[in-house]
Amino acid sequence: MKSLAEFFAMGGYATYVWSAYALAAVVLIWNIVQPLRRERQLLRSLGQRAKPRRAAP
Amino acid sequence: MAHDTGHTCKAVTPDLHTSFMFERFHKFASPPHFHAFARTLSPWLFGISALLFSGGLVGGLVLAPADYQQGDSFRIIYIHVPSAWLSMFTYMVMASAGAVGLIWKVKMGDIVARACAPIGASFTLLALATGSLWGKPMWGTWWVWDARLTAELILLFLYFGYLALQSAIEDRRAAARAGAVLAIVGVVNIPIIHYSVEWWSTLHQGATLTKFGKPSIELSMLMPLLAMTLGFKTLFAAVLLVRARCEILEFEQHTAWVRELTTVTEAR
Amino acid sequence: MSNAAITAAGAVLMRDLQRAWRRRGELMQPLVFFTITVYLFPLAIGPADDTLRILLPSIVWVAVLLSMTLTLPDVFAVDHADGSLDHLALSPHPLALLVLMKAAAHWLSGAAPLLVLAGLLCAVFGLETYTLRALLLGLLLGSPVLSLIGTLASALTVGLRGGTLLLALLTLPMYIPVLIFGTSAARNAALGIPVEAEMFLLSGLSVLALTLTPWATAAALRARLG
Repeated sequence: MKSLAEFFAMGGYATYVWSAYALAAVVLIWNIVQPLRRERQLLRSLGQRAKPRRAAP
Repeated sequence: MAHDTGHTCKAVTPDLHTSFMFERFHKFASPPHFHAFARTLSPWLFGISALLFSGGLVGGLVLAPADYQQGDSFRIIYIHVPSAWLSMFTYMVMASAGAVGLIWKVKMGDIVARACAPIGASFTLLALATGSLWGKPMWGTWWVWDARLTAELILLFLYFGYLALQSAIEDRRAAARAGAVLAIVGVVNIPIIHYSVEWWSTLHQGATLTKFGKPSIELSMLMPLLAMTLGFKTLFAAVLLVRARCEILEFEQHTAWVRELTTVTEAR
Repeated sequence: MSNAAITAAGAVLMRDLQRAWRRRGELMQPLVFFTITVYLFPLAIGPADDTLRILLPSIVWVAVLLSMTLTLPDVFAVDHADGSLDHLALSPHPLALLVLMKAAAHWLSGAAPLLVLAGLLCAVFGLETYTLRALLLGLLLGSPVLSLIGTLASALTVGLRGGTLLLALLTLPMYIPVLIFGTSAARNAALGIPVEAEMFLLSGLSVLALTLTPWATAAALRARLG
């Protein structure tokens, strides 16, 4: 069984392996977060657009 | 322009079974139905992909033994292969959805196609970057003139072209339709490009050295790969549904049902 | 195919060729661009360097592709500007056929002169005959693909701001297979390796493009014109 230090060292390839996983994390998180934020923004802006019309007598 | 419900009404065959199936799928062509369906389904898909990723990461990073030749650097495979595979798969989905929108004039086809493009491009970038990171310790250079990596780069250009075309055309539907033509032509081109790049990479190279060739892979290394691939795939589906929801809102912003939806959300 | 359709197709072809002839001064510009591009390389590499001789076919191919993208916007841009593109799209005759004629006109007025100039430049640079023949034959067999795919991209980007650059971005990746086979033929010829395979592949690509792209271009026009 590997020790924690050995795990992080990745047999000497640490920079490469962890950079790859870090990039993957960035790409996947961007893919998740960006559309969700955009959806919230859209719902807000479209809702505000509708409001004045409803307020009119 | 006449009011467009997003799908054409066709005469339904009298057969009960086929008309039932037709109804089932026909429903998804309607943006409000798809929107509701996407809202219910995407959290589940996020959950499933999280589970698959956890399993795959534990299996790939901890449990799988180091490779005989490549040591621990082979673990990049758990990112590189799924993202490369997904980059191709996304393009296929994009072209198919585009074809549905172009040929049968189904608006949801246009919407799904547009939603795919950023996802596909990001996966392609990831595949290229991880390919470089995998290749550098092995072959000493950041860029490897390997047939598959080169073809992946060309795929990135195809995605960029599609995205550029979408942003250049103002009318969303016209943009989606033009994009569909581009994507369909792209799909026909991709096998040709792969073949020509294979040809190119074996020029003046005697014994073929496929750098990212397929070594026989042990089960303990394979299982996490399958888990990660499935994880990527379910995540793709979940993200696609979210993006599709955004596109639907933008496409349909002037319709009554979107007004209802957004005022209800505002009121909350 | 009806007589009327053939007459209409002929009319489209003739009109484009006549227009090209009237604008022959403008048509010189891509040729000048091609020449400048090719001459940049000896300036960049060094006059007595053997590398230039080895690379020349590849340089010429790349320069041809780049210059092509400059000739392509006009396939539909001029029609779009004067409104005749809508007439074309609304014509009762098969749009795919008419669009094929536009690609043919482009090939005759845009691609063919480029090929002739490429041959001339290579001869001037002292490219040996066998390689020159392989280069020119490859260009000839591959050029229909370039015109056809280019016409498709031109239809997709007609009337867009920044359309020329976008056209280049769309076209060049799709040109890559032609580039690979064409340069492979020239480089193999220089080494004395037979080049039938490349020639067949290029011809195959041209036939494929001829069969498929007219429909795609017609669809692209309909998508853009609404």
